[in-house]
This record gives sequence, C-alpha cells and structure tokens, in this order.
Amino acid sequence: MAMVSAVISAKPAVRSGDRRIRARQTIAGLAALLTFVFIASLTVGASGTSLFEALMHWAAGEEIGLRERVILFDIRLPRAVMGVAVGAALAVSGAVMQGLFRNPLADPGLVGVGTGAGLGAILAIVLGGFLPPAIAAITGTFTVPLAAFLGGWVTTLLLYRVATRNGRTSVAVMLLAGIALGALAGAISGVLVYMADDQQLRDLTFWGLGSLAGATWTKVLVAMPLILLALAVAPFLARGLNGLTLGEAAAGHLGIPVQRMKNIAILTVAGATGAAVAVSGGIGFIGLVVPHILRLAIGPDHRYLLPAAALLGASLLLGADMISRTIIAPAELPIGIVTATIGGPFFLYILLRNRGILDM
Amino acid sequence: MKTTLSRTLLGVVTACAMSATAGFAQEGDRVLSIGGSVTEIVYALGLQDRLVARDTTSSFPASVEELPDVGYMRALSPEGILSVEPDLIIAEEGSGPAETIAVMEQANIPFITIPDGFDRAAVGVKIRAVADALGVSEDGEALANRIDEELASAEVSVDDPLRVLFILSMQGGRVLASGTNTAADGIIAMAGGVNAVTAFEGYKPLTDEAVTAAAPDVILMMDREGDHASADRDLWGNPAISTTPAAESQSVVRIDGLLLLGFGPRTPHAVTALHSALYGAE
Repeated sequence: MAMVSAVISAKPAVRSGDRRIRARQTIAGLAALLTFVFIASLTVGASGTSLFEALMHWAAGEEIGLRERVILFDIRLPRAVMGVAVGAALAVSGAVMQGLFRNPLADPGLVGVGTGAGLGAILAIVLGGFLPPAIAAITGTFTVPLAAFLGGWVTTLLLYRVATRNGRTSVAVMLLAGIALGALAGAISGVLVYMADDQQLRDLTFWGLGSLAGATWTKVLVAMPLILLALAVAPFLARGLNGLTLGEAAAGHLGIPVQRMKNIAILTVAGATGAAVAVSGGIGFIGLVVPHILRLAIGPDHRYLLPAAALLGASLLLGADMISRTIIAPAELPIGIVTATIGGPFFLYILLRNRGILDM
Repeated sequence: MKTTLSRTLLGVVTACAMSATAGFAQEGDRVLSIGGSVTEIVYALGLQDRLVARDTTSSFPASVEELPDVGYMRALSPEGILSVEPDLIIAEEGSGPAETIAVMEQANIPFITIPDGFDRAAVGVKIRAVADALGVSEDGEALANRIDEELASAEVSVDDPLRVLFILSMQGGRVLASGTNTAADGIIAMAGGVNAVTAFEGYKPLTDEAVTAAAPDVILMMDREGDHASADRDLWGNPAISTTPAAESQSVVRIDGLLLLGFGPRTPHAVTALHSALYGAE
C-alpha cells in the first residue's frame, strides 16, 4: 500500500499542470515508440526478409515472391498485430485492476482470469482427446484457446458472484476468493499434469511460457473484438478509477456510480485478458509492471495512465517478441522467458532508483 | 558387433556414392529434418548432403550439429523454418505446432510426418516413410530390411527376464519412471528385460512405495555424461530405491538417450548394448 499512498500524496496541485504536459509528451513519445517497434518487427526476423525491401520491389512493379509474401503477411504481420493487441490488453487490464483494487500487486492473474484460463488450457490439452469428435472437429486448433478463454471467464464470473452481495461488490472478498480459487485451480492442474503423458507435459510447459509464434489472422480476428472493446471502454473508467483512489465512499460522494463502474471494469478486463491469454498463453510481467513504470514516470492520473499503458505494453511485448524470435534464430525462445529475464532486473532497477519516492 | 558396424558403414558409403553420382536437382534438395531418429535415418540412407537444417533433438551423428538448429520439435517457429529455405520438411510424429505446419502448407513446402512407434515393426515403417519422402524408396526398402534382420538377431527372449526400472529423472529425489507405451518400455522388452512398471502409460512420478513394490533388478537411465559417482550416491541413497534388488547389487545401466530411445537405424545396436549390459556379453 506504500505505493498507493505515495501516489496520492505526490500530487500537489501546483505541479498538476506540469505533470499533465509531461504526461502528454510521454504518451506522444510512446506512440512514436510503438510505431517504430511495429515497423521494426515487420523488418527484423530470422529469414532476413525485410518489409522495406519488399516495398521497394513492389514499388518497382516487381512481383513479390511467395516466400516473402508468406513471411511478411502471414507470419510477421498477424504476429505484430497480435503482439500490439495482447500487450495493450495485458497492460491496460493490469492498470485497471490495480486502480480498482487499490492494490499495487493486483493483476489480472489475481482475480482468477489467469489461473482460470490456465486451467482451461490444461484441461483442453490433457483431456482434449476425450472430446466428442463432432465438437473437436468444429473447434479444431482453437480447442485450447477457447477453453482458456472460457476458463478465465467462468472463474471471473464465479468470483464476482461470491464477492457481490446485495448489489455491492467487495474487492477484498474478491481478492481473497481469487487467491483461494487460484489454489484450487492449481491443485486441479496438478492432478491433470499428473495424468498428462510425455507430449502433453511438454505442450503444457510451452503454453505456460507464452508465445506469439502461433499468431494467425484467424486468431487475431477471434481475440481482437474483446480486446478492442476493453480498450474502448477503458478511457470511460479513468475518472472513476481516479475517484476510487480516495476510497469507495468518497468516490460515491463525488457522484461516481461505483458499483456500475466495478461491474464494467471487471467484465471488460476479464474479457480482454481472457482473449489475450487464450491466443498467446501465459505471458507474465507486462500486466503487473507496465502500470508501475508509468505511474513513476507520469503520475497516477488514469486519464493518462491507461492510454500510456496500452502503448507501452504493446511496445514492450513487440520488442520482447523481436528478441525472442531472433536471439537464437532459426529457433525461438518462448516470450515469457524474455519478458521475465529482461523485465525483472529492469523493474528492480527502477524500484531501487525510485526508493525515495516509494518510501514516503 | 564389429560386423554390424562395418556393414552399416559399407551401406552408408555405397549410399553416399549412389547419391553423389545421381547429382540431379530435384524436389527435396534442401531437406529440413525434424526428430532425432528421422535425422539418423537420413544419414543412414546416405542423404545427409541434402540436409540444410535440423531440430534440437537431432544430435547424432556429431556432424549434424554443424547444421542450423530450428528449435525444439514441438515448438517450431514458422519464420525460423522458412529462413533455412527448405523445399521438403520431414518430421517425426508429434512435431508442430499445427499453426506452423499450416504456414508451411501456405508456402507450398511439403511437410511430411513420419509415424512413431516403439517396436521392431515401427523401425521399419519409419525408415520406409523417410525414404519415400526423399524419393529413394528402394534404398529405404533395403535399409529397412537390413535393420529388421539386425533387430531380429539382436532381439532376445530370456527365460528368467530381469525387471528393469527406467528412470527419466530424479528431480528432488522423486523418481520419474517410464510406464507402458513408451520408448523405454519398448527397448527394455526387445533387450530381453521386463519393464518393472506397468501400472500406467507414459512417464509418471512414482511414490516411494511403488518403487519398492516395482522391485527392479536393474535401474536404467539416460547417460548424461555427468559425474556418475555423485549420481550413483543419489540413486542408492534414495530411501525407496535402496530397498530394491537393484540397490543390493548396485546395478545401474546408463545409455545415451537418443541411442536408447530413438527407434531408428541404431536401435539394433541399442538392443545389443542394453542386452549385454543387463546379462553380460556372450
């Protein structure tokens, strides 16, 4: 909680003008960064094919070869688009959750989306063989993402029901119930891991580490609507989340429809993270850490924090993905390994540098 | 043993010569081989010159490690594969993921899956499938028949077979053992042993009591070329294992994992090696 109190107290009125300008500059900078990273991720890759070269060929009226076309438009482009969507979804969800729970440790994993989605994926991987062929034929390669998404949603809705009484949602109950359900999901996963055979175990491991490698246009189209919805709704939550930093009662007095805001926030976050986790597996770090970095840089105002989180989350994930697919090319590292090995020390450094602010 | 080796060498040399004289450009000139046993078969057919890359599990013969590595067979990256510009991909069953295979189809690169299996017949099926993919069905037939003969003479049934416990790992003192329908189960049977664990399929951690109840005469492990002395100390120091007949006679066999579990052209050699390790050379 030290951070939240610091965040509230570090908001003297005189500096709010400066801060607003700085926040706008930061957002503009982050937008430029994302554009750069996006173009770079279409240009850099194991195969040496570059977007720039292909465009030059195209401009010169030459035919672009099948291989180049596949690499640029069937591999890199959907992957980059999915990276932007997933990174933005995770970071914005993290920022909304932290604001909602007024807890700096909250991330979508805590309310059960992550654990539930993980459980859904594990169920699909281990028990997928028992699916009736008719259903398996329809879901096909989407069985695992679909199950992950359903798992995340069902868990979130369940928690929500547990925590809501007489139309009021207790965030504390939801957090604690989330931890309890997380433990239960972990136990069920354990049983399934025990049942899994050698190959399924390896699938589970790779799923847990996350990857954008499976990006296809179909997956992008499946995940996009929910993520876009959440990104569109997020700005409308900003004022409410700002109010919530003062406490629920105070937010209510400010005229914020607290309960309705909580409903919307939880459902959109569950949808967006569920979709993100479903298509990319378990990618940690982004949702938890991106909002913190930004709060240190531009302050706690959600009107700036949320769009900045979307941009930085997208850039970081795309950057990590570029590293994951080039560093040991032609092989590829799971992206969760990259985000954690680079992000962990970086975040620690930021924390150490800002101890003064955080200790207040 | 010696004759087997020289025969294999002779086969490789003649096959090399044949493919060298052939020397015509054709589909499958740039082959990507996925899966240790598939790669070994390509070598046994003498077609290693057509290989442009391999996966992480392909580590034999040593020269294959000079080729670029496209990653673990179950987590292949589409662009990584395209970057080595293959015109034919031959992959062991279970390679993927499906998305990567779909991209290869889009890029018009044939992705041929080789069925896997853990008995004598499966080795022949594998060899023929790889040879067919490479367009050398006749050579494949010859190699498959030869390996099958070698297997037939290597395979032994023993009147009083030893109970063998294959331990995949001993992480944290937990014995991860191999049940039925595994490569370890298959090779133990071919070498004239009996798998000590038949209660489940695949690889599972055993409880201490199950280890005791399995009562193996011999422990079989993959040779990780580590410090055997300390590995042995861990093994015999494990309370559950210490109760077994294997601990009493300090019987542990370590064999290179790809050789032991590959089910490829070297399997006759693996059977012979395991058999003589279990029962002593004849």
